[in-house]
Amino acid sequence: MSAVDVQGVYKVFGHKADAAVEMLRQGRARDEVAEATNTVPAVIDASFSIERGEIFVVMGLSGSGKSTLVRCLNLMHPPTAGTVSIDGRDLMSLSAQELRRMRAEKISMVFQHFGLFPHRTVLENAGWGLEVRKVDLVERNRRAAEALELVGLKGWESSYPGELSGGMQQRVGLARALATDADVLLMDEAFSALDPLIRSEMQEQLVSLQQDLQKTIVFITHDLNEAMFLGDRIAIMKDGRIVQIGTTEDILQAPADDYVRSFVQDVDRSRVLTAGSVMEEPLAKILVREGPKAALRHMRERQTSGLLVVDKKRRLVGAALDDDVIAAIQRGEHSLDSIVSTGVATVSPETPLADCLIPSAESRLPLAVVEDGKLLGVIPRVTLLTALGRPNGNSEDGAAASSAAAEDTPATDDTTGTEV
Amino acid sequence: MPLETYRIPVGTWVDTAVDWMTDNLEWLFDAISSFLSALISTLESVLLWPPAFVLVLIVAAIAFAVKGWRFGLFTAVSFSLIAMMGLWREAMSTLSLVLVASFVAVVIGVPLGILAARNERFSSMMRPVLDLMQTMPSLVYLIPAIVFFGIGKVPGVVATVVFAMPPAVRLTELGLRQVDAEVVEAGEAFGAPPLKILTRVQVPLALPTIMAGVNQVIMLALSMVVIAGMVGAGGLGAVVFRGVTRLDVGLGFEGGLSVVIMAVFLDRVTAAFGQKASKRVSH
Repeated sequence: MSAVDVQGVYKVFGHKADAAVEMLRQGRARDEVAEATNTVPAVIDASFSIERGEIFVVMGLSGSGKSTLVRCLNLMHPPTAGTVSIDGRDLMSLSAQELRRMRAEKISMVFQHFGLFPHRTVLENAGWGLEVRKVDLVERNRRAAEALELVGLKGWESSYPGELSGGMQQRVGLARALATDADVLLMDEAFSALDPLIRSEMQEQLVSLQQDLQKTIVFITHDLNEAMFLGDRIAIMKDGRIVQIGTTEDILQAPADDYVRSFVQDVDRSRVLTAGSVMEEPLAKILVREGPKAALRHMRERQTSGLLVVDKKRRLVGAALDDDVIAAIQRGEHSLDSIVSTGVATVSPETPLADCLIPSAESRLPLAVVEDGKLLGVIPRVTLLTALGRPNGNSEDGAAASSAAAEDTPATDDTTGTEV
Repeated sequence: MPLETYRIPVGTWVDTAVDWMTDNLEWLFDAISSFLSALISTLESVLLWPPAFVLVLIVAAIAFAVKGWRFGLFTAVSFSLIAMMGLWREAMSTLSLVLVASFVAVVIGVPLGILAARNERFSSMMRPVLDLMQTMPSLVYLIPAIVFFGIGKVPGVVATVVFAMPPAVRLTELGLRQVDAEVVEAGEAFGAPPLKILTRVQVPLALPTIMAGVNQVIMLALSMVVIAGMVGAGGLGAVVFRGVTRLDVGLGFEGGLSVVIMAVFLDRVTAAFGQKASKRVSH
């Protein structure tokens, strides 16, 4: 059972909403329907389910219906048609009182302009959801204070929202949403009103909070970079419809249509893609105990001039280069120990590609992607450049070709047609 | 074709309506009348019970508490002047009329304003009614008031309530509508029932505006109560009216000055409450 399940949801504003839904179902265009029925179709046939612990981002420009969609999830805008279920319970079937209970216990919300109560202290703001639930004052204050501590606002309990900076105000908004211990968090452009610096700080804080809390988060944004940084999956909306749902890589590598493609073009791929998402199986590697002769054979087979050296547990030891290997064989050595150079450029799987460029340029060998000392994969220079240069098309051929020649080949022999 | 030949007897209709009401709604007017006169006479006797100087001190203390020593001193001096002009009894009578009329106007007007803020149709129905209540020459209210309630303080208070109520409705509606929609949404999103959102979020945030309305109500009530002096409501209005009929400039001025002194006091005190409320909200 998914945490949030949305099936065939329509939201049309206007008197003839039902007629408009009927027309839309018959496949008529949105503008045509809007004109014929004098309505505003804000959300058209939205379907998706969100798993527990997932950050699901809804991305779209203003007017795309994303804020309406998120308000359909707690029925602040009751859908004109379709179903919304939280933990398997159909919200549309609930009485007004049951729905209020659901909002108080299961779903909480964070707003673009914070929506704080200016006449209440930070602590009273954070405790609002519990107050609604009639939790007694002592317990309420304790849990509100906990939530404030979680977002880093300890010590500000008795201040008023107006005395806080924008970023801190939104932390209060976040604390208010966390204090009720709801499973589902709706965040409507929660960081859009903040300065860029504060904004990325908040994004990072949300990601690290999420690691501990494992909420189900629906995050609305108009910023694709934010969507890709936060989202486990992203739904892209246009004119009320969801045009594509997928992971960052899905959307970058295979945009569903020209609209998504045009979006993706502006994305700084070097910041969004990580080393882990483009790395390849390390073919040019050798176990440290295999010795120089085996190393030479490997190099010949792979037509490469260097190998990564790992131990039995796949931990990266270093690199062996061709001239050193040949010298070792001439000296009659049987171990690679003496010639392994430790100066291999390594990155972690989370490193954005932008930060891989310089290490890659300075190293003769492919970049080693390492986590906890273990070699996970490699990024040859061609792979790196291919990943950065190509907003569409499939990368499989390029990746295969480049891993076969896992040495510092010049990037000019790049295979498929690209627009760099 | 002269339109005058098609005489529409609006006045006759109103007369008929008033006649019907006097015949059929007497019980209602009697109830209102006895309620209001009890309220007025109780308040008046409370105000007149202590010696004038004690009340002057109390009033000055209120003034001091809300606005500081300058205003406290001014109030002490000016209210003493009222007593020393020999108009203390009349002034307290007027004050009790103003307070009762304002209280009733606020008790009726604020809920109407809340309804208007929540219901578009009710709001558009109220608007012309409020316009009528505010622009109709205030003396006109006195006529049906006398018909329904006879001569005395009650018709004065009733006419005053009608005349003074519109700002309470209008500014309550305005204040509630000005509350940030997202803040109200935040109330709803956490499952608060409508009444809780109203009392804990909307009204507190609209309070400065509502208080500005209350201030307006009191000012209008004071001006109307003086006019009501003509129908036997007594108080300073009667003094002013006597001054006018006898062409006694001195007496008229003394009555008028007392009205001004009370107006200044009531205005500053209620405005100070409004500022206090807005300070709390603008945090």
